[in-house]
Amino acid sequence: MNSSVIVFPGSNCDRDVAVALTKLQFRNKMVWHKETSLPKSDLIVIPGGFSYGDYLRSGAIAGKSNILNEVIKAAKDGCLVLGICNGFQILTETGLLKGVLLRNKNLKFLGKDVNIKVVNTENRFCNKYDKNQILKLNIAHNEGNYFTNKEHLKELEDKNLIPFKYCDENGKIDETNNPNGSLNNIAGIFNDKKNILGLMPHPERMVDHGISNKDGVNLFTSLLN
Amino acid sequence: MKFSVRVTLKKDVLDPQGKVVQQTLQNMGMDTLKTLRQGKYFEIDINENDESKAKNKIDDMCKKLLVNLIIEDFDISKI
Repeated sequence: MNSSVIVFPGSNCDRDVAVALTKLQFRNKMVWHKETSLPKSDLIVIPGGFSYGDYLRSGAIAGKSNILNEVIKAAKDGCLVLGICNGFQILTETGLLKGVLLRNKNLKFLGKDVNIKVVNTENRFCNKYDKNQILKLNIAHNEGNYFTNKEHLKELEDKNLIPFKYCDENGKIDETNNPNGSLNNIAGIFNDKKNILGLMPHPERMVDHGISNKDGVNLFTSLLN
Repeated sequence: MKFSVRVTLKKDVLDPQGKVVQQTLQNMGMDTLKTLRQGKYFEIDINENDESKAKNKIDDMCKKLLVNLIIEDFDISKI
């Protein structure tokens, strides 16, 4: 499978995700944001970081870059797109995913491992996980508080467009186990066609026993299925 | 021609920064303070002679980049 990782000034998880992809047998290319065409890609990854220093709003400036026009075209043609952390913020700023990521409710930058429940597995990104499996994934963000209107929130729930929710170690989903104030404990969402996934946790940081657990591996290997 | 753009969070959107500023002011003894919301302000100089044309262009800038219409409102005034 061919993957492309988009790199912006200020991206800082681009190489981590490239290492994870290569380790898991993707043929990966790095693509600078000024490029006007994409290499042949089955998967496009928009990595975490602080593109353009989070100026204006997180992801707002990156969302208007040259390469994003190509990403939008490819995504509309059904290409798989994965936005992690700042990548998720960029996807909402471009409109590829609905809603917005607000400042964390407690105003703190959160950098820690949290429990995440896989609530929907019938999609390209999660089919190697068990339904309701509890993962331990790292989060590192200041704006991860997902917000959208009531109608869209209902649609996300009704159409199984929420794969990941914050929970406790037993899988309980409630406000005390919601690190950032995200609506319904949302940690990640799909678009309608489920070819675009945005999530705040970093699966690419959880692929190597030398430094972490391997709870992120199945997200990438699901795509190879 | 110069314009100012004021960007504010919509009423039903939580404003944690504004809340902390409000609480701090209240803690400092400003006890008549009821509510405080934080926003953004832009000053834009544009090369146009026609005011309505210029306003339309600024409106376009707001909708395309400066403002996230899901969570923010904006107003433009000439300065």
